[in-house]
Amino acid sequence: MKKTQVLDWLYRTAAFMEENKTYLTKLDTAIGDADHGNNMHRGFSNVIEQLPKYEEKDIGSICKAVAMVLISKVGGASGPLYGTMFMQAANTVNGKEELSGDDLKKFLKAGLEGIIMRGKASVGDKTMVDAYTPALAAFSDSIENGDDISSALDKAVAASEEGMKSTIPLIAKKGRASYLGERSKDHQDPGATSLTLMLTAMRDASKA
Amino acid sequence: MERIIMKKLINHPDNVLKEQLQGMQLAHADLINVHFDPYYITRKDAPVKGKVALISGGGSGHEPMHGGFVGKGMLDAACPGEIFTSPTPDQMYEAAKAVDGGAGVLNIVKNYTGDVMNFEMAADLARADGIKVQNIIIDDDVAVKDSLYTAGRRGVGTTVLVEKICGGAAEAGYDLEKLSALCRKVNQYGRSMGMALTSCITPANGSPSFEIGDDEMEIGIGIHGEPGIKREKMKSLDEITEEMTMGIIEDPAYTRKHKEWSFEKDEWIEVEQTDEPFQKGDSVIAFVNSMGGTPVSELYGVYNKMNEVCEKNGIKVVRNLIGPYITSLEMQGCSITLLKVDDEILKFWDAPALTPAFRR
Repeated sequence: MKKTQVLDWLYRTAAFMEENKTYLTKLDTAIGDADHGNNMHRGFSNVIEQLPKYEEKDIGSICKAVAMVLISKVGGASGPLYGTMFMQAANTVNGKEELSGDDLKKFLKAGLEGIIMRGKASVGDKTMVDAYTPALAAFSDSIENGDDISSALDKAVAASEEGMKSTIPLIAKKGRASYLGERSKDHQDPGATSLTLMLTAMRDASKA
Repeated sequence: MERIIMKKLINHPDNVLKEQLQGMQLAHADLINVHFDPYYITRKDAPVKGKVALISGGGSGHEPMHGGFVGKGMLDAACPGEIFTSPTPDQMYEAAKAVDGGAGVLNIVKNYTGDVMNFEMAADLARADGIKVQNIIIDDDVAVKDSLYTAGRRGVGTTVLVEKICGGAAEAGYDLEKLSALCRKVNQYGRSMGMALTSCITPANGSPSFEIGDDEMEIGIGIHGEPGIKREKMKSLDEITEEMTMGIIEDPAYTRKHKEWSFEKDEWIEVEQTDEPFQKGDSVIAFVNSMGGTPVSELYGVYNKMNEVCEKNGIKVVRNLIGPYITSLEMQGCSITLLKVDDEILKFWDAPALTPAFRR
């Protein structure tokens, strides 16, 4: 994945967040506090606003800059979670101008570990971890089997979507949705949804 | 700019927070300074040399908390997030640098996933600058029964009482360790429960955050327009008040773990804490709070019945606070907080304070 594709990924993510702002907020209204779409949209529109300042730098520096913007602009729980994800992922790609399949595997793995470190969620808690964990496993398997990045991302997105849908029947154990107990059932987790959008944007960028 | 049609006294949702903070600065220029990039509010005479600085913050929409409690005898700084969205670490970090008088900073953090994470990151940033920081988490909402399968009890009414009591103690010269211990104690002694008759509308969404029938009420709500623990048919004032008050009085011991900074080990550690239940003979501060849309007159109705229920159960109300102090925009509803007191707590509750929304 070239640097231009990484930048394209960020632009596509911002576009997805704008398109899905109302949808994400609607999901969050059902089981959270009705701000996820607005927060993600605000965060990523700031990311692309600032991006021209960092475009010339290496992928690690770009992702670190994204982390700082998300941490300071998103708020809620998603700000620290996505901010930490980008920060930890960035540390694995310092100085790089292009990512191999193996680089991207390490990048995605560090991102998930960042989210878990910050949010202490496990699979089954009805969070973004439920989408991210199977997506990373599918991506890693695919790369290890010799697939190229774009087909590995196809598999990652499919696994992420499945993980996202698997949150529907779950009872939330983390975040604000956890207060609803049984009533959090039958709703898709907004965080798992925005995470899936982010991976979908990455896949689309890898094919462009 | 396009005008958004919504029955609220706002211009554009994007500018709500800025315009309201500008108004606050103009109205209370004698007590506070409002900073706009990033947003934080400091008391006029900050930093106060040698005094531990108290900082709190959270999503906006709960006014007067927290900004209204900045001033002598309460908070040194407040960090307002977007409406119902926790503030970001840069706000608390800048606030800490602005108000640290050399004796360190105590962050009062309500137990919401986002608030806890953002305050944690802010504390790490301030600590890297050599500022002594402790975070104490407030979690007093008895509607949440367990901490094993949820993010734990939410921080609600007790937060207001903590800010007054710890503010008094900081003014009296408590060091960071002693102040943290008092803050922990007040949190352990305080319990709250809230209910809603209507939902509320955030400017960013323009529609109610939950639907509720004309004859229904929501029991065990938090303060962010989120649905509560259960939905019931509307009942009388006496029935509702009794259910809430008994929910607090009969709440059993509650144990959970909080992350706090260990100055000895120089890392975050998990600290187990247990709140003991109320006992006959306890003296309490009773706080009856409006969620924003319920008039003060109705709060007195609640206070009347609450007092009777307390008396019947051997709980003596020795101080009270009645009014809209920790709100949820225009939501109709109320919360009750009972805080067990001892001499130390009462002394600082009675201490003077001069802030935009609380004066003694």
